Amino acid sequence: MPKIVIDQLSLFYGQNQVLKNVNLEVYEKEILGVIGPANAGKSSLLRAINRLYEINYARISGKIRLDGEDIFDIPVNDLRRRVGLIFATPVVLPGTIFKNMSYGLKLYRKIKKQKLNDTVADALQAANLWEEVKDRLYESASTLSGGQQQRLCIARTLAMNPEVIMMDEPCSGLDPISTAKIEATMLELKKIYTFLLVTNNTKQAARTADRTAFFLDGELIEVDKTEKIFTNPADARTDDYIRGRFG
Amino acid sequence: MKDKIAEKLLLFIAFSAIGSLLLITFFIFQQGIPLIFKIGLGNFFSMHWSPTRGQFGILSMIIGSLMVTVGALIVGIPFGLACAIYLAEFSSKMVQKTLKPIIELLAGIPSVVYGFIGIVILVPFIRTHFGGPGFSVLASSIILGIMILPTIVSISYDSLIAVPNTYREGSYALGATKWQTVVKLLIPAARSGIVAGIILGMGRAIGETMAVIMIAGNALKIPHSILDSVRTLTSTIALELGYATGDHRAALFACGAFLFIIIITLNIIAIRITGRRE
Repeated sequence: MPKIVIDQLSLFYGQNQVLKNVNLEVYEKEILGVIGPANAGKSSLLRAINRLYEINYARISGKIRLDGEDIFDIPVNDLRRRVGLIFATPVVLPGTIFKNMSYGLKLYRKIKKQKLNDTVADALQAANLWEEVKDRLYESASTLSGGQQQRLCIARTLAMNPEVIMMDEPCSGLDPISTAKIEATMLELKKIYTFLLVTNNTKQAARTADRTAFFLDGELIEVDKTEKIFTNPADARTDDYIRGRFG
Repeated sequence: MKDKIAEKLLLFIAFSAIGSLLLITFFIFQQGIPLIFKIGLGNFFSMHWSPTRGQFGILSMIIGSLMVTVGALIVGIPFGLACAIYLAEFSSKMVQKTLKPIIELLAGIPSVVYGFIGIVILVPFIRTHFGGPGFSVLASSIILGIMILPTIVSISYDSLIAVPNTYREGSYALGATKWQTVVKLLIPAARSGIVAGIILGMGRAIGETMAVIMIAGNALKIPHSILDSVRTLTSTIALELGYATGDHRAALFACGAFLFIIIITLNIIAIRITGRRE
């Protein structure tokens, strides 16, 4: 059974329809790349899945199922814990590195100090950030570099023990070395988690994604094995986009 | 040429505003400070205020001002914060646009009107339901608490609104509820603005005169309960300056100097706190 099933999904901001009847499945433990030009609805897709669109007064029609369960039958806070979201610009919360890591953990249950420390350390290790920050956990998180901040956000999401990790152009503001580190982290974590990777960098999708979906103006044009999308796509528009003829 | 004249003129006007502040400061201190040295700091901060016998101790008024101010904060902070949080985080744009100007309008009501409402409604209510004279610390605290609401609400609201939206989204994306986001993230992030608002409100409460004269009872003694009547520093100045002469008059100016120092200090702290944020 697919991890996420999206069925006839449309999303509206007021009169403006940004997703149009999207049908898409995300498989367990794959990286699904989502590519497309600006205003294709890529970010809106992620925000529909964890219901973050609700805070922007958008509305949706259609169904989204996580493990076969309608996301509207899951308490929204549980849903967002199970489906983590990493933003394009790292959202480092005010306070120390440790506080950033523990913020989500402390929200939903009491946690013993030792367990908290272990979870934080494990998550930072999984995000390949532990070595760089282990001696400065109590420094302000804003002192970290952009790449480190983004890996902190990934670690913070991992600490919540999610099932799906959605990334919204996670490397858009980062240098090639930081980007490579994040991609390496993703490829390692794929063994445990399901990834949805929105990216403006088609090469990034080609490097990391198992399957790739191409969106254009709110419509899903096609989704297939990454290799197929990049060498022999079914739709001419996909080919045009990948070859840089528009977008 | 015209520009030059306009510039010089504006400069002159700007400096005359600062100049009058300096003059006021100088005048208050020049009138008041010599008396403090004459009677000594110990006597100035003693309990006994009896101008006819040459006793100018302001301790009971300091305590009066302090109690009323703390009382005002106890009333004003919870209501003000709750109001700011509701407006900034829970209400729709429409509600914000309607309610915020109305709350700010509270600041425009003359203090004598607040005092009047206090006398007509609050004082009799306290007298019949809680006992005592009604003219009391409690009555003053409630009225002053309402009077400082606009300050606390609008500054706290502004600093909550100034917290970047990405923080909110980041918090929700980690599974936080709206309330958790407000308590654990937004209030700490807006803390400096909220504290500055409270301090400015506190300055207003200490400095308020008219409403307090009307409802505090103005008895010259150290109050034993919140139902006792008190006299504040500002009330003393306003009540006695009309007939005071000589040392008595100087002592009132000394009270003014003392108040001035407190309020300037509070304002400097507030400016420092807000400045640090930016």
